[in-house]
Amino acid sequence: MRPLTLQRLLMRCAALAAVLFVVVVVALKLGAVPVSLYGLGRDLIRVMLGQSRGLSTDYGMIVIDIRLPRILLGIVVGASLSVAGTSFQALLRNPLADPYVLGVSSGAALGAILALIAEPHLAISPEFAALFTPVGAFLGAAATIAAVYFLGRRGGQIDSSTLLLAGIISASFLSAIILFLMTTLIGRDMRGMAFWLMGDLSTPLQQKLRWVLGVGFLAAAGAIYTTAADLNLLLAGEKEAMHLGVDVPRVRLVVYIAASLLTGLAVSVSGAIGYVGLLVPHAMRLLFGSDHRILLPAAAFGGAIAVVIADTLARTVVAPAELPVGAMTAMAGAPLFIYLLRRRLA
Amino acid sequence: MSVQATARTSSDAARANSDARLSVEQVSYAYSANPSQAPLFTLEATSFQARPGEILAILGPNASGKSTLLKLVAGALQPLSGRVLLNGFVTHSLSPKIRAQRIAVVQQDSRLLFPSRAWEFVLQGRHPYGRPMRFETEDDVIIARNALAQVGAEHLSDRWMDQISGGEKQRVILARALAQQPLLLLLDEPTLHLDIGAQVDLLDALRRLAAQNRYTVVVVTHELNLAAEYADQVVLLQRGKSLRIGPPASVYQRELLEQVFQTPLSVELGSSGRPRVSVLSGK
Repeated sequence: MRPLTLQRLLMRCAALAAVLFVVVVVALKLGAVPVSLYGLGRDLIRVMLGQSRGLSTDYGMIVIDIRLPRILLGIVVGASLSVAGTSFQALLRNPLADPYVLGVSSGAALGAILALIAEPHLAISPEFAALFTPVGAFLGAAATIAAVYFLGRRGGQIDSSTLLLAGIISASFLSAIILFLMTTLIGRDMRGMAFWLMGDLSTPLQQKLRWVLGVGFLAAAGAIYTTAADLNLLLAGEKEAMHLGVDVPRVRLVVYIAASLLTGLAVSVSGAIGYVGLLVPHAMRLLFGSDHRILLPAAAFGGAIAVVIADTLARTVVAPAELPVGAMTAMAGAPLFIYLLRRRLA
Repeated sequence: MSVQATARTSSDAARANSDARLSVEQVSYAYSANPSQAPLFTLEATSFQARPGEILAILGPNASGKSTLLKLVAGALQPLSGRVLLNGFVTHSLSPKIRAQRIAVVQQDSRLLFPSRAWEFVLQGRHPYGRPMRFETEDDVIIARNALAQVGAEHLSDRWMDQISGGEKQRVILARALAQQPLLLLLDEPTLHLDIGAQVDLLDALRRLAAQNRYTVVVVTHELNLAAEYADQVVLLQRGKSLRIGPPASVYQRELLEQVFQTPLSVELGSSGRPRVSVLSGK
């Protein structure tokens, strides 16, 4: 009997943080413009010392002003999607649940687009204008997961196949509406379509949104983490969890809102990147087991690592052209989804 | 474990005003598809009491209301009328956490979405005693280990739950219930899917534990003979009505059982003084 201890949890997190650090350094180095490790180290230290004006070269500017913000964005988006996926899997008792597969990401994208369309027509003070898109995305995500949840019920019980079908159909329906809106109202913009439907990290983030994203992630992920022990029991079923002292309605509400918020935040800044919330939690379960007290932080680090790697590949494999990051995650994630589905049916 | 239980019992004895720990008072319930329609199923007012260390069996054919009655006792359902008292507290009004510290429920089958080891499963029984974010303490580990030992399943500790036999799994589930250190142990058809040897093992363990730890045990079962052998009291239900409540010898009347189960039976008294039921085929 070896129950989880705080020490073991911190050790694992430190190991994952170290891996993330290495991945970030490599991602900073790789790209269309080559950068030497020495120059990279020198520039990073300059930035940390607050001497960003004294950057030596144009290469340094590329690394610090373009690649680093994009990598940081990838870290928060990856962690958000991965934690959201882990939460949806526990909440819906379905190992194939993922914000993208369930249509939640598409719902968030639609919410964000509607907010973008509505914004000029509403008198919103500029301070809150930046918040408008994430809020729209959150509402879109929350509405979609609620709809998929009710569509996925059969005879008062969640049926996992029906739930997945409801999610996939919703995703397809919502994507069609997104295409319609993009074509008629925003003007035919292929890049914008790729962004909302496939996910893309190349759009730089407004200063204000960085704070919204960071604080929102910490708050939502923290709220989910307070229910980590309850989620372990919820996996055995709601009735059983209740008999073991879990306040099921409260946990369900907290996780539902927080996971929708994570999805909404991620989608509003990077579009609908798929399969991160499916791929990463499964990999982390293989490495660390299914105790959510360690799985949730591991999924956050793992999601960050996965998205930074995927985005680096998206930037480099066809350089100087770029792929949307969602294309990379889907190429890895979709086969895994099929594998998991087959194994469950077997 | 038993010291704690005894202390709690004696302090509450005055309140309960009798030696009954569990008191089911005129409890009724009705299921309906929607509020305007007539109920699809009704459980008529039922009353019984059980003392510490006592095993009570709920018997009856399918759809007689056994599981509903168990859910009412567990506090998972709110009765339409009447109340269920555990040491003087209404079970339905307790918070989920407090309820889980006093009532442990063993369900028909515990399915797992992701594999876990037996010890992890048993430690879940300590959940109602933890604060959120807290890690298991030394005490929790000792209690979980004791619980496994009490059902004779220490050797299963490191095995995966999906790789042990049905009988072994049922013991680990029982160990988790014991780790909750409850006053009341509720079991819903615990012997379903078990072979006869495993059934007897489980019920022997249950009787020993009820006597040692002074649990009050309520078990829903289809097994007439096992109930007769192990239960101190039997509640016989038919279509939501409790027909007879009492020790097996007084409830097991041939005409009564034949009428309830719609099958010709013979009832004789075994050497232990407990009744035995045999099915008469070829009428």
